[in-house]
Amino acid sequence: METLERLLSEHPFFKGLDPRYIQLIAGCAREVTFKAGEFIFREGDAASHFWLIRNGKISLEVFAPGRGPIMIETLSDSDVMGWSWAVPPYRKQYDARALELTRALEFDALCIRGKCEEEPRLGYELFKRFSQIIGQRLQATRMRLLDIYGTHA
Amino acid sequence: MVLTLRPQTTPAVHIDPMMPTPFRVQRVRRETSDTFTLELEALAPAVRAFAPGQFNMVYLFGVGEVPISISGDPSRPEILVHTVRAVGPVTTAICKLKRGDILGVRGPFGSCWPVVEAAGNDIVVITGGVGLAPLRPAIYYVLAHRGEYGRVALLYGARTPGDMLYRKELEAWRGQFDLQVDVTVDAAKPDEWRGNVGVVTTLIPRAHFDPHHVTALVCGPEIMMRFTILELQKRGLRDDQIYISMERNMKCAIGFCGRCQYGPNFICKDGPVFRFDTVKAVFGKREI
Repeated sequence: METLERLLSEHPFFKGLDPRYIQLIAGCAREVTFKAGEFIFREGDAASHFWLIRNGKISLEVFAPGRGPIMIETLSDSDVMGWSWAVPPYRKQYDARALELTRALEFDALCIRGKCEEEPRLGYELFKRFSQIIGQRLQATRMRLLDIYGTHA
Repeated sequence: MVLTLRPQTTPAVHIDPMMPTPFRVQRVRRETSDTFTLELEALAPAVRAFAPGQFNMVYLFGVGEVPISISGDPSRPEILVHTVRAVGPVTTAICKLKRGDILGVRGPFGSCWPVVEAAGNDIVVITGGVGLAPLRPAIYYVLAHRGEYGRVALLYGARTPGDMLYRKELEAWRGQFDLQVDVTVDAAKPDEWRGNVGVVTTLIPRAHFDPHHVTALVCGPEIMMRFTILELQKRGLRDDQIYISMERNMKCAIGFCGRCQYGPNFICKDGPVFRFDTVKAVFGKREI
């Protein structure tokens, strides 16, 4: 557990988080490894986990009928994967697949939500961090909507 | 042969900057579905030294004239290289040229990337789409003088894997041990791409450079540059460490006609490369 706490406190996502909270959420975390090509979740799955990527690369994909899978984003070292665990109806909206051997810290969403209910200050800290991630992803999506490299650019 | 890296506001060879010199197309290479790289040779032998970041006015007789950045190696100015994307009538016609065809060239014009001044610093090159073309001479220069710089990173964004410029060269640069090359695309199919997917700004937090001793060279669509600058500022860069290449409709290329006026500057004469702090007040202004 001590090692897990160290890994969590060293991760940029948890930078500055009170060690008491690190200890709390460590109880909901475990180390996982995904092989290249392995699907981590599929669209429509229950959003029962989120991950902090330690190293490796994961692609988020959407399956479009007639076109097949389309990669819409890749996540790699130090990225956070998954925020639908925090928002009802707690369902995954994309497929996630490891592009290479990937090591991550996996969090049990039910456990984390329970800790947040018990300790609202922890909930606030976590949601502040997740809203930053959601904001960054939204901004990146909007940039791509602009098709900035198109002929009109 | 002496290579000058000073910005030139008048052509290196010709006295009359408005008179095009005839060049013959030696080679045409298709880069993407709508972008081609042309290698040109002057009909009358002449050395036209240029500095990385400068541009020429390329004249297709009877069709029109357009400003195009020079994308070749500054140490080999005898071969004039232009990468052209077919977006209007003139560039579309230029992209249809074949070996042996003739076109006119005026230039080189404009300011250049500060590759000499940046010696001793890390270099981060951030570009998207065809914005890689005006930066390629700077990359050639930095690689030819690699020992003079610290860490060098090239971050490149494209629409799809098929829209990447100079793909073989990117792969070769990536294979070098002294250069970080990260490429990202907006979308891709898993069976055709194993690299990054996302906007180019997402590569900046992971780029290897010392924010206090780095020079950033940025070229791409203006929206991309806006967000890139924000991300560089988050990494701790000052405005005077960031250089951008601006684009406006240029006509005379020597600051006479005023078509490319950009606040107090003319893009053709004072740019296209600007240190960001010198244009910050007008950058992103809707009216300008």
